[in-house]
Amino acid sequence: MKRPPAYILFSLMGLALLAVGWFQSWTLALAILNLSLISAIMALGVNMQWGYAGLFNAGVMGFAALGGAAAIFVAMPPVPGALAAGGTGLLAAGLSAAVAIALAIYVHRNLRAPWRAPAMILVVVLGYFMMRWFADPATTRIEAVNPTVAGYLGGLGLPVLFSWVAGALLAAAAAWLIGKVALGLRSDYLAIATLGIAEIILAVLKNEAWLTRGVKNVTGIPRPVPFEIELQRSPWFLDLTATLGLNPVQFSATFVALLYTLLFGAVLIVLLILAERALNSPWGRMMRAIRDNRDASAAMGKDVKRRHLQIFVIGSAVIGIAGAMLVTLDGQFTPGTYIPLRFTFLIWVMVILGGSGNNMGSVLGAFVIWFVWIQAEPAGQWLMQTITANVPMDAAMRNHLIASAPHLRLLVMGAILLFVLRFSPQGLLPERRAQSPRDAKAKEVPT
Amino acid sequence: MEGFLNAFVALSNFVLIPGLAYGAQLALGALGVTLVYAVLRFSNFAHGDMMAFGTMATILATWVLQSAGIGFGPLPTALIALPFGVAIAVALALGTDRVVYRFYRKTKAVPVTFVIVSVGVMFIYNAVVRLFIGVDDRRFEDGERFIIRAGDFREWTGLAEGLALRTSQVLTVVIAFVAMAALFWFLQRTRTGKAMRAYSDNEDLALLSGIDPARVVLITWALAASLATLAGVLYGLYKSFSPFNYFQLLLPIFASAIVGGIGNPIGAVIGGFVVAFSEVGITYAYRRVLSHILPDAWMPDGLVQLLSTDYKFAVSFFILVVVLLVRPTGILRGRVI
Amino acid sequence: MSFLIGEEMTGGYGGADILHSCTIGVERGEIAVIVGPNGAGKSTAMKAVFGMLPLREGRIVLDGRDITALSPQERVLAGMGFVPQSNNVFRALTVEENLEMGAFIRRDDPRETMEQVYTLFPILKEKRRQPAGELSGGQRQQVAVGRALMTKPQVLMLDEPTAGVSPIVMDELFDKILDIAATGIAILLVEQNAAQALAIAHRAYVLVQGRNRYTDTGEALLADPEVRRSFLGG
Repeated sequence: MKRPPAYILFSLMGLALLAVGWFQSWTLALAILNLSLISAIMALGVNMQWGYAGLFNAGVMGFAALGGAAAIFVAMPPVPGALAAGGTGLLAAGLSAAVAIALAIYVHRNLRAPWRAPAMILVVVLGYFMMRWFADPATTRIEAVNPTVAGYLGGLGLPVLFSWVAGALLAAAAAWLIGKVALGLRSDYLAIATLGIAEIILAVLKNEAWLTRGVKNVTGIPRPVPFEIELQRSPWFLDLTATLGLNPVQFSATFVALLYTLLFGAVLIVLLILAERALNSPWGRMMRAIRDNRDASAAMGKDVKRRHLQIFVIGSAVIGIAGAMLVTLDGQFTPGTYIPLRFTFLIWVMVILGGSGNNMGSVLGAFVIWFVWIQAEPAGQWLMQTITANVPMDAAMRNHLIASAPHLRLLVMGAILLFVLRFSPQGLLPERRAQSPRDAKAKEVPT
Repeated sequence: MEGFLNAFVALSNFVLIPGLAYGAQLALGALGVTLVYAVLRFSNFAHGDMMAFGTMATILATWVLQSAGIGFGPLPTALIALPFGVAIAVALALGTDRVVYRFYRKTKAVPVTFVIVSVGVMFIYNAVVRLFIGVDDRRFEDGERFIIRAGDFREWTGLAEGLALRTSQVLTVVIAFVAMAALFWFLQRTRTGKAMRAYSDNEDLALLSGIDPARVVLITWALAASLATLAGVLYGLYKSFSPFNYFQLLLPIFASAIVGGIGNPIGAVIGGFVVAFSEVGITYAYRRVLSHILPDAWMPDGLVQLLSTDYKFAVSFFILVVVLLVRPTGILRGRVI
Repeated sequence: MSFLIGEEMTGGYGGADILHSCTIGVERGEIAVIVGPNGAGKSTAMKAVFGMLPLREGRIVLDGRDITALSPQERVLAGMGFVPQSNNVFRALTVEENLEMGAFIRRDDPRETMEQVYTLFPILKEKRRQPAGELSGGQRQQVAVGRALMTKPQVLMLDEPTAGVSPIVMDELFDKILDIAATGIAILLVEQNAAQALAIAHRAYVLVQGRNRYTDTGEALLADPEVRRSFLGG
């Protein structure tokens, strides 16, 4: 079966969204669209790591969460008094940690066995206790500042769009550290390591309330677009709705969603262009050469580790941007919502379905999978209602089936992943072998 | 003297005994993961949900038994239901291998493909468990909960600290020990077990020796599913059962297997206890224990807790990362390809 | 007619043929050696006899029976033993377990055969509870050969058994090979160390580019000035 070309698949996707808008609601359609755009960017980041370099990053959740945390650190206003309460303590704690790490590295470089291991352990343990000595009272004081509303440090109060860049940088920094440690490992070890590190990141974000309010969540994150209420009060908007014959209250929500679509779409397009150019550049070809034959590339003098680190950092930065965008869209940072199934593994299904190695494929995959994920719930409900209505059964069974409808989408996701891997491993849009300049020239020769 | 005794009892009650029980559960889980890694050569991300599946089957059978009025005296009824749960889990594992994994062995796919495939399997197992038993916490322990009650202990010994010994804790350690001994006997002393080890060590030579790969694979999945169900049921009796819990267990189980040396069964056991004791030990608030030993003047402020209990899972991960940094082959030098 | 013969073998792994009408044979109790320059197809010829190379033409006959269609495992059952050049022991298993695995396809009690192997290789008896991976290179080779002997084969094929071992160990190994031949087993040997191998060979095949170039007794080839000049360094 020949695969349909990309534009047909995308058009089908567009039609599906239009159908949702027409038959269900435009708000829903736009919500799906916006989250699809964000997921597409995450999928793009994952695709860079997997498709370009063959790195299995199972810690997507962690980088997305870091990106979201950046939204707090940059865009939320600073909490008055918090820094004064705990600033010096935190600084001292940070210094202790830095000194301990530097000392540990020094020990690692300059001591030999059998002194090296115990010395390093001693340094790390002492450093940890020193850090806690300074940090604990400081964090308690910070958390005591206005706990119902704040109870944390707050942020820099900068415009929220900066937070998207900050999200990229924060995720990139984390990726650099993680990459230094973990990238030498075999693929499934890397997957486990990244899975675990994401859990650690999330544990920190959930529990260090002085930083992120922990489980109390940070709400009211500034947004780059107007609030619906403001729109409903502004005259130019009311004129617009009058001309179009629409209800201003409803349309304000739609308008805001459309603005987000424009913003997210713009970011996606820019990233796509950059990603495609990178893929088709000599750098991109080299990355894929390394992916396809690591030993041969290493023998040719390519610094495989450095290249892998590069792509890991870049891919994670992209995921971080998406994480920040998501928090901006939600208007709140809720650490409890970051679960591996929803973030890491769902994104992986998107990349595999869309076509690993193909950037447009990842975008398409994101749209399709997110669509299925959202629509599977009402579809499952409908299915269960139909079954319970038409097949005779007792009340307990009926309730059980109806309650189980939401879980059907997990089944669908698993089935999609297995089917694609088995029958169509290249995905919807297979990886395109980029032409080398020599091939291109050869084609120019007249026969 | 009495202070030290009290401190020891408190330590046993809150750290040593729970660590032992949890370590046994992790060890059983890690054994399953390490067997699959040794023979089938990939990290099975669906293992946690296979544990959930086997436990679910056991719970459903337990309910049937309980409603029929069958009990097991002071012991949990789930023990009678256990063979049924194991049988179902083994059937599931063999079925999954036949329908899903066998294809990739035939096409000689790279290990990371198997891992991604196991993610798909994980989705499906997770969905099926939720569909059958729902997402709520389930407690299915019955029979005598305590062998020794804390209050009774205090009466007998006259100490301030009570030691509570739960049936499930003793069961866990005993059953896990028996299972591990049986597994090691199988691997070291039987022809089939040695053939499995040979196959894991050198596949080509094993084939040349006439070892049937299909049989080895079958036995591996049967063992892994049995161990997973056992681990899952023991954990569920001790704590409670919910699908989400069991996915979370995947991480400490992987950590145990890797810390001990992946592919090495003894390593899995050692790793299980290392991770368990670290998790429990690092997140315990030692204030209570210290209060029996130190004079009041020397008592520190605060709980004397290294890390808050929220970081429990992060601890096993941290250990894993340290091991991967320092000694990737693990304590007993497993395989790192 | 030889006890074991691979006649007019022609074939390769995919595109081009590696062997061209190559014939290798060996008698019971005899040592047949295959030598030649690198890339001559020596190991390939042996693998073809063992059934690991798809043959376009030619056949393999063992004790009068045409075994060309049999898989390597089936050939083991038919009485062939094969010692690969590398990765030829189970490193994680003990010496004794290695021998047990060697006898895996046998239904009867392998202990008597194991004693015979221990008599042949006394050092293995000494180290029988040690993991094979902990032994030295030469000792591992002994384990590999012992493993192959556990099926009581009628033919034993060894692919470069002295690769990477010291000269003393090599001499020892060749002595053992002579001992094994003395028990009536036919031995087919691929060797890089041509001179030493030819010295113990009843029959020797010199292969060049997948074809038979010289076939004679080892002694005769050692004495032949042309062979000496081309392959033995004068």
